[in-house]
Amino acid sequence: MTRSTDGPWDPAIVDLPLSPWRDRFLWVEEIQASPAGDAAAAVVRLGEEGFSVCVNGDPWPEPFEKIWHLRYAPDGRLVALASREGEWTVVVDGVPWENRFSFVWNPLFSRDGSRIAVAFQRDMAYGMAVDDVPWEETFPNLTCPLLRADGAATAAVVQTEPLSEGDIVKYREGIYTAAVDGRPWERRFMNVWGLACSADGGGRLAAEVRLSPTEYTIAVDGTPWGETFACVWTPLVHPVRGTVLAPVRREGSWWLAEDGRILWDRPFVQLWQPQVSPDGRHIAAVVAPAFGRWTVAVDGRPWKATAGEMASDPCFSPAGGRLAVRFKDHGRWTIAVDGRVWRQARQMVFTPVFSPDGGRLCVRFKEQGRFGYLLDDRPWELAAEAAWDPVFSPAGDRLLLRTVEGGLFRRRVLPLEDFGKV
Amino acid sequence: MPETKPKDAPPAVDEGIERGIAGLTEERIRKAIRRVLSGETGARLKAYVDTCIHCGLCSEACHFFLSRDRDPAYAPVGKVKQTLWEMLRRDGRVGPEFIKQARIVASTHCNLCKRCAMYCPFGIDVAYLMLVVRRICHLLGVTPLYIQDTANSHAATLNQMWVKDDEWIDTLMWQEEEARGEIPDLRIPLEKEGADILYSVIGPEPKFQAQLIYQAAVILHVAGVDWTMPATPGWDNSDMAMFTGDNEIMGRLKRAHFETAARLRVNRIVMGECGHAFRSVYDVGNRWLGWSMPPIPIVHAIDFYHELLEEGRIRVARLFEEPVTLHDPCNVVRGGGLHEKARAVVRRTCAHFIEMEPNREHNYCCCAGGGVINCGPPYKKHRVESNRVKAEQIAAAKLKGAKIVITPCHNCHSGIEDIIHHYDLGVETRFLGDILYQVMEKP
Repeated sequence: MTRSTDGPWDPAIVDLPLSPWRDRFLWVEEIQASPAGDAAAAVVRLGEEGFSVCVNGDPWPEPFEKIWHLRYAPDGRLVALASREGEWTVVVDGVPWENRFSFVWNPLFSRDGSRIAVAFQRDMAYGMAVDDVPWEETFPNLTCPLLRADGAATAAVVQTEPLSEGDIVKYREGIYTAAVDGRPWERRFMNVWGLACSADGGGRLAAEVRLSPTEYTIAVDGTPWGETFACVWTPLVHPVRGTVLAPVRREGSWWLAEDGRILWDRPFVQLWQPQVSPDGRHIAAVVAPAFGRWTVAVDGRPWKATAGEMASDPCFSPAGGRLAVRFKDHGRWTIAVDGRVWRQARQMVFTPVFSPDGGRLCVRFKEQGRFGYLLDDRPWELAAEAAWDPVFSPAGDRLLLRTVEGGLFRRRVLPLEDFGKV
Repeated sequence: MPETKPKDAPPAVDEGIERGIAGLTEERIRKAIRRVLSGETGARLKAYVDTCIHCGLCSEACHFFLSRDRDPAYAPVGKVKQTLWEMLRRDGRVGPEFIKQARIVASTHCNLCKRCAMYCPFGIDVAYLMLVVRRICHLLGVTPLYIQDTANSHAATLNQMWVKDDEWIDTLMWQEEEARGEIPDLRIPLEKEGADILYSVIGPEPKFQAQLIYQAAVILHVAGVDWTMPATPGWDNSDMAMFTGDNEIMGRLKRAHFETAARLRVNRIVMGECGHAFRSVYDVGNRWLGWSMPPIPIVHAIDFYHELLEEGRIRVARLFEEPVTLHDPCNVVRGGGLHEKARAVVRRTCAHFIEMEPNREHNYCCCAGGGVINCGPPYKKHRVESNRVKAEQIAAAKLKGAKIVITPCHNCHSGIEDIIHHYDLGVETRFLGDILYQVMEKP
């Protein structure tokens, strides 16, 4: 890639031709774009010797038998899961971890990308590994792996003893719990699902647990709430209050509960994906105020605007003053912001991205296989072959767009006023 | 109206049911019945109960009734009389033995096939009433062992067959590798965000029928489809919890399925040849969650094959020569209206098509669906004997020359295989995908 800029946020277009890759390798899998847009990579098929990863046109020095789940970490390191001689490991910027496993999956990154975790199976024993350090204790099975946002802790749902098929008695007695850094909670449950922990140190781990076939609740650090419910969904640790929030089902309706007590004063037909604003002042969740109608509620009050098919991925602005959500209605996706639905709708819209001050909102879309962007409900029909989520500059006055256009991987930095022009 | 229990009911020795009733009291039973009748049902149940005039016209619709020499205990209305009506009449004051029998009737004497709803002058849906009974039994912990174990798998792993997260991915990679022996550049793209289609399957496919994933991958690859499969739970569209009455686990499964598709930002979900899973994602599970329709369109394999053939994305190299007949799966025909598309696919791929009679929405159930086959070996003999009419249907098609029974549904496939063996019919079953894979043009 040719650099023609002095700084990462100077307006510029930098192209990287991808066609030589296709000439050089048997096939090129999905292109991955680095967070800064300064690199593009893909798993490539070499031939009889197997697979490699091509980064800006150059393959990793050593091939692997198989490679999958190639992703850039937030800090720009390139991570893949790869096998050699039947053993799997994590490969970071072409360098494999020393540990080998029977299988690895579900790689996770800390918020800043400095820590990498993965679920592993080794000789039918299951655990997690962080930065090449496996859990000391392993289990007959493991699901729902989680890495805390600061990267300092891992957690997962674990099965603590083997279960023969058909053994409904042992199952009912409880063989599941949560483990933190490989150490299981003392108490066992009939089922354990979605985990949540506080973003930083000193936090709590909360989990959906099933106490009996018909009793559900939330367990926090291994201790269930005193209240039980007909069902619960994945909890959330309040980043400021330190309390645990969770959707709970009672008498056929869904409520938001906090530390076991009903928090909002009204129930919904459905309630899930709770979010807390970064300043801790507001709580939002996806809700169905009526059967077949979807929106978000903020502090218990649903927006009047609703969608008939889906509301998903509620997202607060960095300061917490604004809220955006993906809406799907009549087969088309759009964005709703602060209760107002955008006029532009597309076959697919991706995750909305706020500017640092929350004043602007940009989102990637896809229509008939081609990508473009919407900025504050204004479209840019780039007709790109591939595109990644937009990135605002720290000052919020520029956008970084990463696309593939005409066979070129393109890094484009532009002032907001030039959106749609270049 | 039936006044006695079924004459040929199997001697149920089912640990799941026996253990379940062991701890029951009449008070607990009454509480569960009241919870469901007053808290979980409403105008629909009241309308059905108040409207039924006990005419018995539903009887002629039921393969159990017809196959068991018109024993009224097997008539749809007879099953309601033995279960829900009695609970209502006695205001929930029934004992453990009653619950045991109610569970057996609701879970193993009815496939929830809804054929009887077409024969009822008022359209009363007996399948719904049987599901209400199953729900009550679930709340009481009285469920046949085999299907309870399957529901336990659903709860623990979010798939039907205890497939662990790594086993799922490994199986996909294995099938991809196998398929590359035939098509060297074939891929099963995992976790491809923004693909057009998410392809989803049922738990038994990676567990026992991995070749079906191979075949699907070949079809999708040759058709040039932009597709993906998830490397996380949520890949399994099946749902035995729907049939045990465990609505909460049903909802959990369907949420995982749709949220997986939403996470991968796909436009549509294409599912394999499964009928009950279609019912779960298209009708029952989605609605329990509050979606009036699937939030992401669900395309059953029949519909998808039809689309690929109509658009010329799959071409037929040579027609399948052996004469075929077609079984219409209840959940995608009465429940989804796919009978003409199924025929269009058969006619495009097969040289000789012989209709089974009756057919389309009037076709007889396979007697495996509704979770009945999943109740396991204790009920197998009763199940196959309760579908003599299906055997007669197939035998009649065979007399006209049919050698293959196409069954585009997993439960139907297994159920009809059992019937073929039990009645020594001398024909074979195939999925539509088996036929399509065999006759399509490949690079």
